Amino acid sequence: MGSAGPDGAPAAAGAGMHLAATVERSVKVLVVGAYGVGKTTLIGAVSEIPVLSTEETVTAASVGVDPRLGEKTTTTVAMDFGRLTVGGTTALYLFGTPGQRRFWDLWAGLADGAVGALVVVDTRRLEDSFEVLDQLEEHTRMPLAVVVNEFPGAPRHDTEAVRTALDLPAGTPVVSGDLRERRQAVEALQALVGHAIRLAGGSAAA
Amino acid sequence: MVTPTPADGYRDHPVRSYVLTGGRAHPSRNTLRPETLLCAVDDGRELPADASRQERALLETSRGTLALAELAAHLGLPTSLVAVLASDLLDAGYLAIRSPAGHALPGVDLLEEVLDGLRRS
Repeated sequence: MGSAGPDGAPAAAGAGMHLAATVERSVKVLVVGAYGVGKTTLIGAVSEIPVLSTEETVTAASVGVDPRLGEKTTTTVAMDFGRLTVGGTTALYLFGTPGQRRFWDLWAGLADGAVGALVVVDTRRLEDSFEVLDQLEEHTRMPLAVVVNEFPGAPRHDTEAVRTALDLPAGTPVVSGDLRERRQAVEALQALVGHAIRLAGGSAAA
Repeated sequence: MVTPTPADGYRDHPVRSYVLTGGRAHPSRNTLRPETLLCAVDDGRELPADASRQERALLETSRGTLALAELAAHLGLPTSLVAVLASDLLDAGYLAIRSPAGHALPGVDLLEEVLDGLRRS
């Protein structure tokens, strides 16, 4: 935590909305997953500011229409995001985006320059994650990590079973946790950043 | 060679729906990402009288450092639209980019710093 808004900041936006003066760079992580899987829960658990949202206009393939026919509509998609200042000088942004193919426009723009994507999955609806992973693997070379959101009462799967079911690229970290818990949400982020470091040729001590 | 003027001497400009951005759909620079950090330049200069309400609100909200996406959320406008407005204010020197505007992926040094920061957070 730790930024006090200077005097004169819009009252409606609240105190502490601005970054500390020491922050001089930013990085981002995408949080992707099927609807209702816990993306915003994870972002809220980690963020130092209340989760923010924008309405973005995207050109999306119409629901139920074969995208190959070129039928498109313009629609609005909510993008939820949060922020965490790390090491005093870097702002880490977490952008949550719906993973469906028809919203690809939105995250094609977001993917540029991202550390990687944290894919949130719900073991009760694992098949909903297939489309998200397909999109990531087809369109980007971003580092991926998968986090299983342990909903109360959901069947426990061991992470190896999830890895197999999702047919993940070798080396992809799979972690699980209750994403309402800050510590567990932060550990999922650590798994992704550590993986990104290894892929970039660094030696992230696990 | 000048563009020929129509016989009636009147060049038609169809009214666009995105009047807010002066008729442009794209920012004048492509270095603005949702996470790009922006801050108002504190040199006492006032915006010109014809500045839009949205430009004034954007500059007001930028008195401390915020990312483009945060500005959009606080203003209740799409990030793409705020990118166009911010780009104009950058060109005119009212707004400055705080974060390095690189195209590259985050380097290993930066990633290691982020990982270390997460472990301590």
